[in-house]
Amino acid sequence: MKNSETPKKVIGKIHSIESFGTVDGPGIRFVLFMQGCEFRCLYCHNPDTQNLDGAAYELTPEEAFSRMKKYKNFYKDGGVTVSGGEPLLQPTFLREFLKLCRKAGMHTAIDTAGAYLSEGVKAVLEETDLVLLDIKCIDSDIHQSLTGKPLEPTLVFAEYLAQKGIPVWIRYVLVPGLTDREDLIEKHADFIAGLQNVELVEILPFHKLGTAKYEKLGRKYPLKDTPTPSPEQVQRAKEIYLSRGLKVK
Amino acid sequence: MKCWDGFKGSLWKTEVNVRDFIQENYTPYYGDESFLADATEATKTLSDKVGELIKEEADKGGVLDVDTSMASTIKSHLPGYIDKPLEKIVGLQTDKPLKRAIFPRSGISQLEKALEKYGYHLDEGIKNTYTNHRKTHNEGVLSVYTPDIRNACDAGIITGLPDNYGRGRHIGDYRRIALYGLDYILSEKEGEFKLLEPGEMTDETIRMREELSEQIQALHDFREMCLSYGYDVSKPACNAQEAIQYVYFSILAAAKQHDGVTISLGRTSTFLDIYIERDLKMNRITEEEAQELIDHFVMKLRIFRFLRSPDYNELFSGDPTWITESIGGFGVDGRLMVTKNSYRYLHTLYNLGVGPEPNLTILWSERLPENWKKYCSRVSVETSAIQYENDDLMRPEFGDDYAISGCVGALEIGKSTQHFGARVNLPKTLLYAINGGRDEITGKQVTPPFAPITSEYLDYDEVMERFGAVQKWLVGIYVQAVNIIHYMHDKYAYESLQMALHDLNIKRYQTFGIAGLSIVVDSLMAIKNAKVRVIRNLEGIATDFEITGTYVPFGNSNDETDQMAVKLTRDFYREISTHKMYRNSKPTMSILTITSNIVYGKMTGATPCGRQAFTPFSPGVNPMNGRDCNGAVASLASVRDIPYTCARDGISYTFAITPAALGKLQEERQSNLAQLLDGYFTPNGGQHLNVNVFDRSLLEDAMEHPEKYPQLTIRVSGYAVNFTKLTREQQLDVISRTINEAK
Repeated sequence: MKNSETPKKVIGKIHSIESFGTVDGPGIRFVLFMQGCEFRCLYCHNPDTQNLDGAAYELTPEEAFSRMKKYKNFYKDGGVTVSGGEPLLQPTFLREFLKLCRKAGMHTAIDTAGAYLSEGVKAVLEETDLVLLDIKCIDSDIHQSLTGKPLEPTLVFAEYLAQKGIPVWIRYVLVPGLTDREDLIEKHADFIAGLQNVELVEILPFHKLGTAKYEKLGRKYPLKDTPTPSPEQVQRAKEIYLSRGLKVK
Repeated sequence: MKCWDGFKGSLWKTEVNVRDFIQENYTPYYGDESFLADATEATKTLSDKVGELIKEEADKGGVLDVDTSMASTIKSHLPGYIDKPLEKIVGLQTDKPLKRAIFPRSGISQLEKALEKYGYHLDEGIKNTYTNHRKTHNEGVLSVYTPDIRNACDAGIITGLPDNYGRGRHIGDYRRIALYGLDYILSEKEGEFKLLEPGEMTDETIRMREELSEQIQALHDFREMCLSYGYDVSKPACNAQEAIQYVYFSILAAAKQHDGVTISLGRTSTFLDIYIERDLKMNRITEEEAQELIDHFVMKLRIFRFLRSPDYNELFSGDPTWITESIGGFGVDGRLMVTKNSYRYLHTLYNLGVGPEPNLTILWSERLPENWKKYCSRVSVETSAIQYENDDLMRPEFGDDYAISGCVGALEIGKSTQHFGARVNLPKTLLYAINGGRDEITGKQVTPPFAPITSEYLDYDEVMERFGAVQKWLVGIYVQAVNIIHYMHDKYAYESLQMALHDLNIKRYQTFGIAGLSIVVDSLMAIKNAKVRVIRNLEGIATDFEITGTYVPFGNSNDETDQMAVKLTRDFYREISTHKMYRNSKPTMSILTITSNIVYGKMTGATPCGRQAFTPFSPGVNPMNGRDCNGAVASLASVRDIPYTCARDGISYTFAITPAALGKLQEERQSNLAQLLDGYFTPNGGQHLNVNVFDRSLLEDAMEHPEKYPQLTIRVSGYAVNFTKLTREQQLDVISRTINEAK
């Protein structure tokens, strides 16, 4: 099919493929980790996905789909998730890939920080069954210093999802000294409880599994000395969401 | 007849037909595990005693005691007990638990080496008998091996042949005596013996008559062995306790007669469930008592021991016995064959603690009820002790009364057997193709001489052509060796008790194997799609390779690479199929390594895929350690493509995953694992899967502090093993394998 007359091909820049994803949405999932992210979260555990260059795979939506298709019978109760990096930086690829998956009867999810809401992104959401939305901190200033990006676009994005009735799982990374202030968690929880489309809140305790990746990239890991949260701390955070009638994992 | 009261059906009453009995009488179970009972006080006491003995055994270097005074036979030893009044199921291989017997029929020199290793000496009388008066299996084999066979074995291109140890792999139908009583089985065999009276006395008929006469003798001996334990087994078992006891006596007698590398139990859980159900209905036993019977039965199986020589232990490490029990699956009529007793068998892993034996094998189908799937995956997540095989793939071929023999290959119980033929080293075969048949380590000419490849860069077509030629030569020798071995084994170390529990005319499979498939696939893909430069020593032998460019290794679900694996498997099987087999056996093949992946690695120089010299192969059919990087499903999808029709003796895939990668919550882990199995075991899908769920750090800690992990069990290629019983080298190999982690 590689015909020179075909219009410019859509290419997805992909960092890696996980054929057995169990932590990014329900069931077993085919997970595409897209290359590139404009956020610079201090706790990022996949720093090697940040730079938009250096993708391991450059695939058309059809090629990515055909890889997934081979494994389809493993994903009966699961589906596909596009994560990253930030998948919404590549909306055209994303929309076409998810469309193909949907057409094949697959459940589709994206894992995003939700900082974009262009027409292209809206079109992606038309093909999305579930959004795993990371609202990293509810305080604008802390959000900015934590991620290098403003909070507001994410809140707008969340409202849009609510308006459209697209199911959402909220993810919150609990980092001691950064995102563990209880008053802010309360505020975060209040905002989420106000959305009608949130099915689940996942508290992700900060971990340092990404340390080696920083070393490999020759970068300093800013949170090298940050402790992981205690089980009690995680439990307290969970209860804040539970008390607002939210389902928590 | 009282013993058969309440049992339905008629065909099985007119002929030996255990399958028909099962189909007429078993009760499928769809419920969950909540009915299961905990260990009784007696079980706990016995289990503690056995635990202490096992500790003592480990402290003594792996062998507690050996009876060197006599050769083991069905009735050689006086009855032995752990704690007689507490034991619901009795019988030991010798007069004391964990005391090992000796089996000189397989070969004297191996036996001497084994005894020496543990500080014992062979009785002079026995040595004299089996040196000067009675030929052994090993002696028989060596007397006719050709120089080519010897060279190939010495070079390690063929390894592990059962030419100096018992071949195992038969599964006696250990249920027959429980169902029919010894008298009936004996009269059947005597009838068969009579059938062979008239007509020409050909070699074939004479051999059959001699074998039958030995079978009949074994059954008489069996009666005596049971009587010594106070059981008269003449008549059928009348209740669950007797049924389990008779099944156990049957496999025990087999283990007293020979020390075959595997001694599979078969498929007994659903058979025995019929007896237990009848007793439960009549209020003759409680669930606690039923579980206690199974616990005691399994406890006995766990303490089967054979004395092995050091070089045997390298190939089959951790003292495995392969008491493989196949559980569940479906009948050909579509009914579920999981029963309550299937649960009870798995539950022994909790009541007795985790252990590697018996080798519990779940026959999986997508159609299995959710309750059972969940329970099995829970057991895997919590114990890593069980393996899975594809019932929907094997049932069309073997019916619904098959069982796994030894590691991963299926057999129709009582109706067929296997002539075990270990395996060849495929990567070495490739190196011979490059080096003109000279060994890359010793420099010795092993194959008939031919011109080596002399170009700086390897050319795919040239390599393939020579690889085909070396393979043809190798397979020829290999089949010769296996034919010789089984001829001699039948002649000098015939397993008459097991064969007495077979039909007269049986199907025979002769099983061949390959090790290192993924290395050869990767090497050929490197040669084809990257550039491989050869580094040669002064003698012109390729000792290392330099790869420039990239290729996609096996295990990443790349079509071209996967097709290479399919082609190599098919080519090897075709080559085997052109030869004549001993006793008109049907040739089959396995892709399986046991722990020989390390030994093979040590004997094999660097390979064109980038593997360094002397480093381990990946186990079984596994992608090479660390080279599968698209996640577990991609890896399984690659393996799934390998044609079962060419490898009906099993395609063994050993899979490891961390708990976190399997899911966040226990509940999710269970359902994700069940789904993974569903995805893999489609009717034309994968054949075998070992499931390990652990963190690398746990194994590392167990290496440093073995005392903390006396029961840590892991699955290696085709069996489960106590991790702390592996050598340090083997432990390091397990740790270096691909363990799927959460990204």
